[in-house]
Amino acid sequence: MTTEILMPALSPTMEEGTLAKWLVKEGDKVSAGDILAEIETDKATMEFEAVDEGTISRILVSEGSEGIKVNSAIAILADDGENISDLELSDISNEKQTLADTKNSKLKVETSTIESISEPEWTDATKVNQKTVREALRDAMAEEMRRDEKVFLIGEEVAEYQGAYKVSQGLLEEFGSKRVIDTPITEHGFAGIATGASFAGLRPIVEFMTFNFAMQAIDQIVNSAAKTLYMSGGQMGAPMVFRGPNGAAARVGAQHSQDYTSWYAHIPGLKVAAPYSASDAKGLLKSAIRDDNPVIFLENEILYGRSFDLPDIEDYIIPFGKARIWRKGTDLTIVSFGIGMQYALKAAEELAAQGIEAEVLDLRTIRPIDYETIIQSVSKTNRCITVEEGFPVVSIGNHLSAYVMEHAFDYLDAPIINCTGKDVPMPYAANLEKLALVTTEEVVSAAKKVCYR
Amino acid sequence: MTSRKVSKKTNVNKQELLSFYKDMLLIRRFEEKAGQLYGMGLIGGFCHLYIGQEAVVVGLEASAEEGDKRITSYRDHGHMLACGMDPNGVMAELTGRAGGYSKGKGGSMHMFSKEKNFYGGHGIVGAQVPLGAGLAFADKYLENDRVTFTYFGDGAANQGQVYETFNMASLWKLPVIFVIENNQYAMGTSQLRSTSTPDIYTRGSGFDIPGEAVDGMDVLSVKAAGDKAVKHCRAGKGPYILEIKTYRYRGHSMSDPAKYRTREEVQKMREERDAIENIRSILLTGNHASEDDLKSIDKEIKKIVNESAEFAKASPEPELNELYTDIYA
Repeated sequence: MTTEILMPALSPTMEEGTLAKWLVKEGDKVSAGDILAEIETDKATMEFEAVDEGTISRILVSEGSEGIKVNSAIAILADDGENISDLELSDISNEKQTLADTKNSKLKVETSTIESISEPEWTDATKVNQKTVREALRDAMAEEMRRDEKVFLIGEEVAEYQGAYKVSQGLLEEFGSKRVIDTPITEHGFAGIATGASFAGLRPIVEFMTFNFAMQAIDQIVNSAAKTLYMSGGQMGAPMVFRGPNGAAARVGAQHSQDYTSWYAHIPGLKVAAPYSASDAKGLLKSAIRDDNPVIFLENEILYGRSFDLPDIEDYIIPFGKARIWRKGTDLTIVSFGIGMQYALKAAEELAAQGIEAEVLDLRTIRPIDYETIIQSVSKTNRCITVEEGFPVVSIGNHLSAYVMEHAFDYLDAPIINCTGKDVPMPYAANLEKLALVTTEEVVSAAKKVCYR
Repeated sequence: MTSRKVSKKTNVNKQELLSFYKDMLLIRRFEEKAGQLYGMGLIGGFCHLYIGQEAVVVGLEASAEEGDKRITSYRDHGHMLACGMDPNGVMAELTGRAGGYSKGKGGSMHMFSKEKNFYGGHGIVGAQVPLGAGLAFADKYLENDRVTFTYFGDGAANQGQVYETFNMASLWKLPVIFVIENNQYAMGTSQLRSTSTPDIYTRGSGFDIPGEAVDGMDVLSVKAAGDKAVKHCRAGKGPYILEIKTYRYRGHSMSDPAKYRTREEVQKMREERDAIENIRSILLTGNHASEDDLKSIDKEIKKIVNESAEFAKASPEPELNELYTDIYA
């Protein structure tokens, strides 16, 4: 039996090459690993080794030949006859093929535990309590940790210090140091450890003291947590939450004041939530902890201390991908999320005083996005602006503008305006900082502009 | 062959020697076949072969028990075969076919098996180190006595996250064995040019992690070191470092001409230190096996490998709808 030795592809991009030098001649006995020839690829000169043993019976391409196509025969190897026959081989492969087909027919049906969650009914009759966003987040974690022992909280100062922003107050006392874990200052490391623990079936909540520090860990978030389910063909993923304050606080300068919403929203495999109110913070965090996917949960330091009505409903849980309509209106749609909502709502009030009725949508989650509600609203109001604190280039507003233009172009009576933070690192000086953020006045002005008022 | 250094340990049984021989040979032949399929254009992109390093995973897998976990970098084919994953599924993943372990969506560098506790296959150098410590964290949290083998190379040993992980693993007494496969070259940069001290295993001392250097061309030494490390971890004493000095015969990846070392250097390792030849001569000189016995093993391995290549060629490409599956659970 003889085997053709084929021109090898020796780089990801090689299509042809030069046979620079033969290191064997006809009649030579070779064994696996022996160097047969030197081949010039598009990148380098490579040594080409024998894979099988046998005798070189013919050399088909002479030294110095250029432009030899990959996979064309360059020599013939005579075998010493120890191969199993071709017949046996094809029988084996047929059998294995059948096995593979059976395996493949069981295609996994895509399900999400979250889609089955519906918005809890909150009517005028529902009793409400005033709670801060901080308390709502703590309650969400405590409730979920009581519900599932595999849930634990890990991060800097989450345990004994009770949270750098006091979000984890009381959790160490209730759940102990096994489940509320202080880490050294080592974001990349503990994000990776938590991701590994999630591969093995635990459900970590990773607290970043702020998302600014999560840039140290972003490789583990994006490359390990977000992509593993796909890369493993659905065998294992990362059921976990990365949470902490995101965006500008107050007077902390450029390195502590960035909004990362669009960074994470860019990544398939991640879910992204950015709640504004206490009730949404609680309901969405409970959803996030139960979700089998990695969730980026973007909080805001300025909102932590703010109080909202929280309905007195047991196991209050909010589904991902459903926007909340805070205010009904007919003249324009204002789309926002997270702290952007404070400008959107305030602007809507001022606009109402001027006779413009804005419909205000709070996206609540950025991945998935509730496109349906946006399109419905814009189809009614015919005008739209977006509001966020993040940088203007490749902002969430940019994406929404493109989406609305593509799907509701005929309904639009004016170009969409994106109200965003300014395209500058956050300055420290109080007056400049104020200028760098989006302002209510800018939102009001944009709204009037799209209404041609 | 006269200068070959033969392992001095004799207190191993015939069955163990034969199984080491078989397991190492399977990896060698599988990798040679993978190289061949790459040359034929059936395997694309990056493909990092394990040829030369076989004794590392085979020795350590012999120390592992059911339920122990393992995780490694992109040079991962050997680890998968050594932990019992199906060569057909591995080869079909290399060719990007539906019958592959990740349905063709992961490729050479990204393969997993929940069933065999193989947690990848990671393409970012060093990223598997905290992930491996995380697997060990889960075992400790769940209060079982399993250990995790976390493999990385001499190159990855210079990544910062390795030391972040050493610190926490030691602080929290995680049952993780850090296996540094020192094959002396981080892609094209020799250890001498990249690493401030020659003995990487000593880098755990600042974190109070015991470590030792192991002859990675001798599977019996690797197994002995593995047993010691596993015992340490299972006893709840925290992490352990094994720096296993090994050598890769092929380039860093298929497209590496390996001009940073001489052909003589490679040839010398192959001729004098080859782990498979080492076991082969112990088997023969100790009268544990005859030439014929070994020939029949060679034949059996060749059949398994050829079969995996046939399977990998015949398996269909993934269905187009697979593009959009497994993104979210």
